[in-house]
Amino acid sequence: MFAAENGLKGDPRLQAISQAIRVVPHFPKPGIMFQDITTLLLDHKAFKDTVDIFVDRYRDMGISVVAGVEARGFMFGPSIALAIGAKFVPLRKPRKLPGEVIAEAYVLEYGTDCLEMHVGAVQPGERALVIDDLVATGGTLSAAIRLLERVGAEVIECACVIGLPEVKVYGFDSAWADLWKR
Amino acid sequence: MSAYRDEDPRIQGIKTKIRVVPNFPKPGIEARGFIFGPPIALAIGAKFVPLRKPRKLPGEVISEEYILEYGRDCLEMHVGAVEPGERALVVDDLIATGGTLCAAMNLLERVGAEVVECACLIELPGLQGRGRLNGKPLYVLVEYQ
Repeated sequence: MFAAENGLKGDPRLQAISQAIRVVPHFPKPGIMFQDITTLLLDHKAFKDTVDIFVDRYRDMGISVVAGVEARGFMFGPSIALAIGAKFVPLRKPRKLPGEVIAEAYVLEYGTDCLEMHVGAVQPGERALVIDDLVATGGTLSAAIRLLERVGAEVIECACVIGLPEVKVYGFDSAWADLWKR
Repeated sequence: MSAYRDEDPRIQGIKTKIRVVPNFPKPGIEARGFIFGPPIALAIGAKFVPLRKPRKLPGEVISEEYILEYGRDCLEMHVGAVEPGERALVVDDLIATGGTLCAAMNLLERVGAEVVECACLIELPGLQGRGRLNGKPLYVLVEYQ
């Protein structure tokens, strides 16, 4: 579901956030119009508004875990976690996290990749939020959800700054994105 | 300068939460600076600029190479992200030899910014990174000998 359709229709902050994101054509390969959030991070007000919108939504949901997907999820997740009183748990590519991890594979356009989480970071019964900058097919977010559910957490929602509505998201009920029509 | 020496009462709580994992290689630390930098930027009213490994940033970048124990690596920053005359803080989770921080400072200075300070959660003083920062001040919260 998109923020503009759920209580934030006409919110002037959304337009400024959308305009702060730049599109870089043909990155990382020809044909892909890359949604670059680094320009949003340069606009302090728009960046703060992005975090505030998420915080307003999640602060009273009893969420104790914010899980951020490497690396752009790390740019938004910790600020949200700090504001709502939750811990931050990084979900990383293989061999980045030291110590004992659990891993979840997911499918890419060509081949597979893998997401890891520290054993013991999340306890059974915790209520969790997954955050990333963008949702396209939902493959990465699905892997993140499975990691959290494997350790007994309840994933309340996935939050992304950008959703690509023209890309069909499979098996994926609850994703909340700030923007419409990117 | 180290907050640890100032005996800020919060430091002990922070230090007990950091665990040491023996014999784990450190292939690259671009992402851990992203965990601490944005909340600081938001709180102080600054923009956040990610410094990344090669080919991660889309669009036009400038690159700075630096030396590793075996071989080299490279840090990139977006062209136009930082303007001449801006005052900058470099944030990372840890300083070891100082190679990465040095590359970060060079990137910022090349575009005309002034690096005010480098800030890290952890310092490994035995690796003498502090001395590689061209005289720039370093602020850390905890030290591990």
